[in-house]
This record gives sequence, C-alpha cells and structure tokens, in this order.
Amino acid sequence: MNKILLILKREYTTRVQKKSFIILTLLMPIILSAILFLPAYFMSMNDEQQHTIAVYDGSSIFLGRLESTNLAAYKFIPKDEYLALKKDIKQSSYYALLIIEPNFLTTNAVQIASGNNIPYDLKSQIQDKIKSIVEKDKMAEVVRQTAIPDLEKKIELTKTHIRLDTIKVGSNGDSQKSSTEIGMVLGYIFGFMIYIFIFLYGTMVMQGVMEEKQSRIVEVIISSVKPFQLMMGKIIGIALVGLTQFALWVILSMAIFGFSKNFYPDHSKKQQIQNIMEQKQDIIQQDSSEAQLDKMQEIIGMTDTVNFPLIIGCFIFFFIGGYLLYSSMFAAVGSAIDAQEDAQQFMLPISLPIILSIMVMMSALKNPEGSMAFWFSMIPFTSPIVMMSRIPFGVPAWQLLLSMALLVITFVGMVWVTARIYRTGILMYGKKPSWREIGKWLTYKS
Amino acid sequence: MVLFSAIDVSKTYASQQALTNVSISVEQGTIFGLLGPNGAGKTTLIRIINQITAPDSGSVYFEGRPLKSTDISQIGYLPEERGLYKKMKVGEQALYLGQLKGLSRHDAMKELKMWFEKFEITPWWDKKVMELSKGMQQKVQFICTVLHKPQLLIFDEPFSGFDPINADLITQEILRLKNEGATIIFSTHNMESVEQLCDHIALIDKSKKILDGPTTQIRENFKTNTFDITYRGSLNVDEAYFAAKYKILSHEQNGHGNKLHVQNLHDGTSQDLIKDLVNQVEIISFNEVIPSMNEVFIKVVKQNI
Repeated sequence: MNKILLILKREYTTRVQKKSFIILTLLMPIILSAILFLPAYFMSMNDEQQHTIAVYDGSSIFLGRLESTNLAAYKFIPKDEYLALKKDIKQSSYYALLIIEPNFLTTNAVQIASGNNIPYDLKSQIQDKIKSIVEKDKMAEVVRQTAIPDLEKKIELTKTHIRLDTIKVGSNGDSQKSSTEIGMVLGYIFGFMIYIFIFLYGTMVMQGVMEEKQSRIVEVIISSVKPFQLMMGKIIGIALVGLTQFALWVILSMAIFGFSKNFYPDHSKKQQIQNIMEQKQDIIQQDSSEAQLDKMQEIIGMTDTVNFPLIIGCFIFFFIGGYLLYSSMFAAVGSAIDAQEDAQQFMLPISLPIILSIMVMMSALKNPEGSMAFWFSMIPFTSPIVMMSRIPFGVPAWQLLLSMALLVITFVGMVWVTARIYRTGILMYGKKPSWREIGKWLTYKS
Repeated sequence: MVLFSAIDVSKTYASQQALTNVSISVEQGTIFGLLGPNGAGKTTLIRIINQITAPDSGSVYFEGRPLKSTDISQIGYLPEERGLYKKMKVGEQALYLGQLKGLSRHDAMKELKMWFEKFEITPWWDKKVMELSKGMQQKVQFICTVLHKPQLLIFDEPFSGFDPINADLITQEILRLKNEGATIIFSTHNMESVEQLCDHIALIDKSKKILDGPTTQIRENFKTNTFDITYRGSLNVDEAYFAAKYKILSHEQNGHGNKLHVQNLHDGTSQDLIKDLVNQVEIISFNEVIPSMNEVFIKVVKQNI
C-alpha cells in the first residue's frame, strides 16, 4: 500500500509539474470564455458603424419618416438625382440606394442597390422600418374608418407573449421549475467532458506504461513492487492529475466568468441594448427582444434550481469509474506493445464503445427517458457518458445506483483481467503479440 | 551457510520450456556465476529469484526458508534490460528507487550522498537522465541497485556500456561488497570477469543446468594434461619413445628459450614429463595449461546438443 502511494506520488508530481499540463490548465478556461464572450463583444462593437443611404421615394409615403438609426442615416433624393445615381452607385458617396417605386402600395416591394454586400442587420432593420410605417398607416386608416375610440391601444393590448414553464415534480410532491434546454446543455457538457477525460487520461496511462517499457526501467521497478501496484499507482496518480485539472478549470472558469461579468457586459451592454430599443420604437423587434430577455432571466433563474452538488458528485463518480475501467484497458494495451505504431490495432476495440457512447448521448439528450438511453446508461462501457448526460434531467435513484453498482463490479473485474495482461506484457520485448497470445497471458502463473 | 537455493525449478512459457528442473545453491558471502548462452533460461531464473515471475514447479528458499514477498527488500537487482525515466532528475529518481526498496527518504538521501561522492557524480544530481551518457546512466543504476544494502545482489551483465576504467571501478565495488558480506549472483558472457570474480558457477543451456561447481575445480576438471615448457638446449622429440607418450602440439626452436606445447597422452603426471625432459634439456619454466572459462563454456555448450 505504501508503495502504491510512492508510485502514485511520482506519477502525480511529475505530470503536474510538466509545462504542457500547466499551459493546458491555464489556457483552457481562457479559450472557453473567449469562445463564450468574444462573439457577444464583437456584436456590440459592430453596431457602431453608420452608413448613409440614399432614398428615392416615388410613392411619397416615407418622405421624412425614415429616422436615422445606429446602422443607417437616410437621405431622400429627387427623381433626377436618383436616375443619375442608379447608374453608378459604386462611385457615389452613398453606401446604398433604397428605391421605393410609385406603385409601392400595390407591390409591397422595395429594392436596395449597393456596390457592397448589405449586412443582414441593416437589411432587416430597413425591412422592419418600412413594414411598421405601412402597418401604422393602415391601422390609422382602419381607426379613421371605424371610429371606435382608442382602437389602436386596444389592438395593441391583444398582443400577448406566452411563457411556457416546465415544472419538474419530485417524488415527494414538491415541484421545481426545470428547463429542458438547461438539461440538454448540462448533459452535453458533462457527458462530453467524461468522454474527453477518458480519452485524454486513458491514453496518458497508455503512454506512461509504454514509456516505462521502452526505457526498460520497468524490470528495475517490478523487482521492487508488484506489477499490480505499479499499474494501480499509475492509474490512480493520473486520475488525480485529471481531477486536479478539472478542479482548476472549474475554479478558473468561475473566476474569469465572475470577473468579466463585473467589468464588461452588464452596465454598458444593457445601456446599449436599451438605447437601441428606444431608437427603434419597433413593436415586433421590441417584442422578440423582450422574449429573449425573458428567456435569459429564466435560464439564469433555472441554473439556481439545478442540483449542482448531485451533478458534480455524479460527475466525479462516473469520471473515476469510467476512467478506471478504460484506463486499465489502456494500460494493458500499453504493456502489450513496443511502439506507438502498434497501438492502433488494440486501441480500436477500446475506442469503439467510447465513441458509441457519444453517439448514444446525442439521442439520449433528446429523449433521456427512452429505452435506448436507459439501457446504454446501464451498460458499464457506455454508462459513464450516457448516464452523465441524463442526470441533469433527473434520473430515478434506483437507476443511478444500479448503473453505479454495475460500473464498480465491471471495473473490478476488468482491473483483474488487465492486471494479468499487464504483468506479462511489460516484460515481453520484440514482436507484437496476437490476441490469442494475450489471451494465454491470462492463464500464466504470477 | 546457503543464502539462496532453488530446487527442481521448472517454468514453461506458452510454447517454450524456459527452465527444466534446475537446482542451484548460493553460499553466503560468495560470488555465484550464472552462465549460459542467450535464451538458455538465465533471465527466467533471475526473475524467479526476484519474484517477478513464479516457477511452475519446484521451490525457492531464502535464508533456509521459502522465499517470501518481503524478501524483495533484501535483494538488489541490476537487470540486463535496464533503464531510467529519461525526463526525471537523477537525484529524484535514485531517491524514488531507493524508497521503492523500502528505504525511508532520509536514509536513501544519506546513502545516495555517500555513493554520489564516492563515484564523483554529485554534480549530476539535478540533471535529467536524458542528459547523461550511457555509461553515466549505468553508474546511477549500479548505485540504485546496491543503495538499500541488500543481502543478495544480482548483476546481469553489469559491465556493459562501461569503459575499462569504470568497469574496473565497478569490479572493485563488487569485490568490496562481497568482502562486506554480500552474496552476489553474477550473470555475464564475459568469461574473463567470471574467472576474476566468481567463486562458483552454474551453466544453463537449453533450460537445463549442465554444469555446476567451484570455478577453479571446473577448470581443473577440464584440464587436458597439456603443458607449456620453456627450455634451453636441444631436444629430440622424434624418438619413438617420446612420440608414443606425448603429442606435440607446437614446438618452437630458436636456439634461445625454446618453447614446447605438449599434451600427455596417458595418465602420466607432470613429474613423468619433467623426468623425460630433464635428461636432455634445461627447463626454464614449466606450466600446466588450465583451460579458460571461455574454453570450458564453448566446449560444454557445443557438446550439449
């Protein structure tokens, strides 16, 4: 036991001190937050650019009614200027030319001509603007004709935004707001993390075993400790490296998230959004923004109701369980081969169930209660990933416990088998063994 | 006292018999040479002693009782296939290996300092192993093998990779360890060092032990009654009397210090030969030719088909 501890300590400290570990640990949260924040940041930056657009209004409906926005300043031009401009809009100082034909009210169509590609935002803004003016005019006409007092206000009041709250009812009758979206996102993140960790640290175990075999230190070491102790020391040591990295990622991400939340989007961004919305005075736009804000608030509220201790606890359990199961197989592969090139043939049968798990996970996220999700979250080779993706949706306790128990039983059995392959494999130099030979190693007396 | 013994040990790998009823017995405080051609089964026997693998049948004794797992700390093993963690620092690594053998960090550090000073390699302590030459790495490995002061030391080709000066340094260390009471099992293909170091040898070929005994006695047993003589005077070896008794292997006559290499064909003693010679010539030197271990090795292995 003492010797496993020594081995574990060496495996852990040499890896944690490696430059690659430190760099990856620091860089990952930065990259992650960059992925999350940069698009939002750039979106708020882009709004600043205002283009001047020439408007020829043959219908005379819009004269003076197109106010400048953050994206565009409108300048109305007479017909002769329009005809001249039409020919070489590219050479002119205008960004684009908006053409409203005299028969606009019958066609309901306008054209925009430009030498540039008109950005989507600008296009939809112009579209919305014209639409709202036309609707306003039509409404005014209806109001005038019917002469019902406050009709406009009344119609406005008929517009209703519906919120759909999903409620998760617990077994003891208490209810909690839940969100399928949140479940999916969390399920995806945690399932995928287990996938990455198993591959990343599983292959690290394999590399470590191969390094010992290739450098020929292994015979020196197993004259001091049992091969099983060496294998377990290595596997557990590397698991701790993984957990350390995970913990650091969580802490760093929270720090970065908290830091950037304080200092950047909140005040300035909110103000910006409000400004834009005031400028627009656009019913539909405002409506959808409102819905989006609702959603955001809902999701933020919902994250408080997610059972994070359970999820994190399960994550650590399934990470360790899945990792032990697979890394012991990776260790056996590392012991059986002499060179990296030979790894492929033996890696395949190990990688297949992991990749299958990811595929099943995708469908389990859509239907976490389905029979496919159920069975694959019971099979120990796929359960770490598939079960992890189901947990944010809530999984009955008996299923969780059964899945955990099956995983434990399987990895104990697997460690027994792989340890027997390992202790023979590490001393076999030269030719690449066949599956049959590896099978025979199981029966050797230690 | 016998420190280690193996009795009727057999081991089979999938398709290959590695050891067949091999028995050896190693006296405490001696150097025991374990010889044999490549693939004879030496490494298997050594791994059984180190409990890296277990025999299919037969028994293994340490200090007169069956070998047990805690005896690992009483054995130091320098394998033929040996290496170190390339990216780990020399000192850290030696400490680690010492601790794996059961030393406390403090004791390991104390011993290591002594050894590093003795081998004049203290400046290497913080170097990575990959920065050292092969010979330097071997020195570190030697230290790691003997660090925990084991009762039984097993050296498998300890001199490979050493220049003559360092090989001599290691030889002196091995002899010193023996004088301090350590028992040593020594496996090598270098027969000169066997003659120089081993008190007792066993030769394994094709999984079986085919020769066992004290080194000097084995060489005695392989004597062919051959003698080297230097003499002054003139010797007539063509007489029928002489030819019937002796076989002349070589005869150099250059007037001064003539040399005769001759084999006694019958069971006559060296006395007889001297008597036959002194009548004719003046003998300057007279030596019985004792076969080298190299000759014994080749002869025995070639006969064992």
